[in-house]
Amino acid sequence: MAISGSLNITAAMVDPALLDLPWDLPLEDWPEDSIAALPKGISRHLVRFVNLSGYVIAIKETSEDLARREYEMLRTLQRMDVPCVDPVAVISNRTDENGQPLEAVLVTRHLKFSLPYRALFSQALRPDTATRLVDALALLLVRLHIIGFFWGDVSLSNTLFRRDAGSFAAYLVDAETGKLYPGGGLSNGQRENDLEIARVNIAGELMDLEAGGRVEEGVDPLEVSERIVAQYRTLWKELTGWEVFPGGERWRISQRVDRLNDLGFDIDELAIKTDETGTQVRIQPKVVDAGHHSRRLLRLTGIDAQENQARRLLNDLDSYRATFGREGQDEEAIAHEWVAQVFEPVVRAIPRDLKGKLEPAEVFHQLLEHRWFMSQKQSRDVPLAEAVAAYIDDILRHRRDEATMITPPTGLITLPMGADEDDDWRSKV
Amino acid sequence: MASVTFDNATRLYPGSTRPAVDALNLEVADGEFLVLVGPSGCGKSTSLRMLAGLEEVNSGAILIGDRNVTDVPPKDRDIAMVFQNYALYPHMTVAENMGFALKIAGVNKDDRAQRVLEAARLLDLEPYLNRKPKALSGGQRQRVAMGRAIVRQPQVFLMDEPLSNLDAKLRVQTRTQIASLQRRLGVTTVYVTHDQTEALTMGDRIAVLKDGVLQQVGSPRDLYENPKNVFVAGFIGSPAMNLFPADVTAEGVHFGTAIVPLERSVLAGVDGSQVTVGVRPEDVVVSPNRGEGLQVEVDLVEELGADGYLYGHSEVEGRRTDIVARVDGRIHPNMGDIVYLTPQPGHLHVFDVQSGERRSSAVALA
Repeated sequence: MAISGSLNITAAMVDPALLDLPWDLPLEDWPEDSIAALPKGISRHLVRFVNLSGYVIAIKETSEDLARREYEMLRTLQRMDVPCVDPVAVISNRTDENGQPLEAVLVTRHLKFSLPYRALFSQALRPDTATRLVDALALLLVRLHIIGFFWGDVSLSNTLFRRDAGSFAAYLVDAETGKLYPGGGLSNGQRENDLEIARVNIAGELMDLEAGGRVEEGVDPLEVSERIVAQYRTLWKELTGWEVFPGGERWRISQRVDRLNDLGFDIDELAIKTDETGTQVRIQPKVVDAGHHSRRLLRLTGIDAQENQARRLLNDLDSYRATFGREGQDEEAIAHEWVAQVFEPVVRAIPRDLKGKLEPAEVFHQLLEHRWFMSQKQSRDVPLAEAVAAYIDDILRHRRDEATMITPPTGLITLPMGADEDDDWRSKV
Repeated sequence: MASVTFDNATRLYPGSTRPAVDALNLEVADGEFLVLVGPSGCGKSTSLRMLAGLEEVNSGAILIGDRNVTDVPPKDRDIAMVFQNYALYPHMTVAENMGFALKIAGVNKDDRAQRVLEAARLLDLEPYLNRKPKALSGGQRQRVAMGRAIVRQPQVFLMDEPLSNLDAKLRVQTRTQIASLQRRLGVTTVYVTHDQTEALTMGDRIAVLKDGVLQQVGSPRDLYENPKNVFVAGFIGSPAMNLFPADVTAEGVHFGTAIVPLERSVLAGVDGSQVTVGVRPEDVVVSPNRGEGLQVEVDLVEELGADGYLYGHSEVEGRRTDIVARVDGRIHPNMGDIVYLTPQPGHLHVFDVQSGERRSSAVALA
């Protein structure tokens, strides 16, 4: 163990294990035994992952200014409930054994069950996976823009994805180029610029996968990259656009609220304007808050889940209430019963050695899917207990662990590279 | 290629009373390398972002060539933000990495190959076009990233502190490369930095900003020799110009016990009995006549080979004032010595003590 006497650590809470890492070595030279795995992502700075007491941290070597800026930015974003990685510490004043200065590092905590996009397919990227990735990124970008955050480097590589009941939830990983404009929000030019950056980066990332032979037929990098623009615009319009209707159609206000709820947003403030004669009404959501379903699920059951998982669990809770609910029983009481009778038995049924495969809420979602398929196939209502046993043995057991998966298993699958240097480069431009 | 014009361009952030950029008037000639420089919060990055279309222009206009782009979206302005995002894709060749954005933009294959080849030649990357980024050195990778911007053949390059995250050695190297590349390409370039050394070494002209207001624009030499006000005088040059208040007499201005004669025109209209005088470290001489000039106690002499810098302090009107003077690197006073300093004839700058504005168009006579 070598702690430089003058090591400077900025952190909200320091895990003592952090001090035991070989800070007197350049990140590049860290011994393999302290490295969790070497990521194959595209990064400007060297990033390595390290196993700490029970969790994984990501360490990025960069200048002290940038590290501090990004640390503060991530903390601010977290306070604003933006899905992003957890900033742990900035470590500066590093020197090697000869007293030569080493770059500062930013330490972030790896999000459990989050995956880089390259880890979301085993052989090649499928068209529907590409679509879901881009949809998740579009939603994240809209959320960031709503709070006035200009990202500056929107890309799949700068995002982590968590499974979310058939979709993905996107988390911001790299805030280095980002800037927060609180209050006034972003200009159209800033939003358009982020979108253009996203479009070019996504196309580039998919073309890179294509060059490595890791994209299925039917995935057109340009088409996929344009989807982010379309998805973003649809969401942005729904979340921030003015809507005008005749004064008699007041129901359209609650319709707008419902549509936003369906998209996973709550409206905290709605601007309503009428013209002088009262014949026309204009409405515009002023403050919207993501997480409509996950907040409701958390309130009712204490279960912390992604938005679509929450939607799925709430649906199951609703059908449970329809079947077993008694008249006059309040929502909280029946939710409590559902957790005890349905959700927890399922989670408890997962063998200990399979707990790292998927998050409990995701397991529950997949189980419901599996039960539906079984019932379809066998033309009968398969009981939950039976479905759980079948799901664990037929599906869950054969999945890889995703709890702390940080590097895609690309090494063996990627096509050999560098062997084609005699080709004419023009054929590929 | 095109000129760039800021015409009274103003950016006022919502909720703020003072504009971040206040009625900026600036013309960048076709092919020119213009550096925007100033301390943090001076409005230089905001100005660049207004040109890029990332900041609203609340009043005034921005033109690229003759085209008013004030309300044009960023991607339709025909500009390139260099180094904005320079990830290189590991499975794509250097040629693909440089040309893929053209593919997205719908440029045909022959044109793509032609533009990639031209850029590669400029960047000395032709032999590597078929290689993967992994096989390149750090500097070569950076040139590939530059290539990504060059192949787009934009009207204007914009660079916002592009060297800020490089280590000192690579920074100096890249600085030279960017400057020489810009000269070879001849593309109008607007470059933002807080570092006045970078500004002096790279720019054809430099625009100095402070608190959202343009202070002075001119060639590096202009700004160095004829700073328009105290701010520019103190900001440009390293070590900075010595600036302190001095009493005015009928013949000239007091420099310690010495009186430096000034032209009548400089003294005419002086408000009150004081001016601010400025003298660069290389224009200060240790007076051979003891007792004549500004009395300075030497705190430290930094030897830099042939030259050295004397850091000392003086009492000016009862206040400690730090003074820096360039001295001979071998024969010089030592720490603790008391020396008397006078300005080189013809190299004393005189500023109004109230407004900070320069009192004369030329350097005052001694």
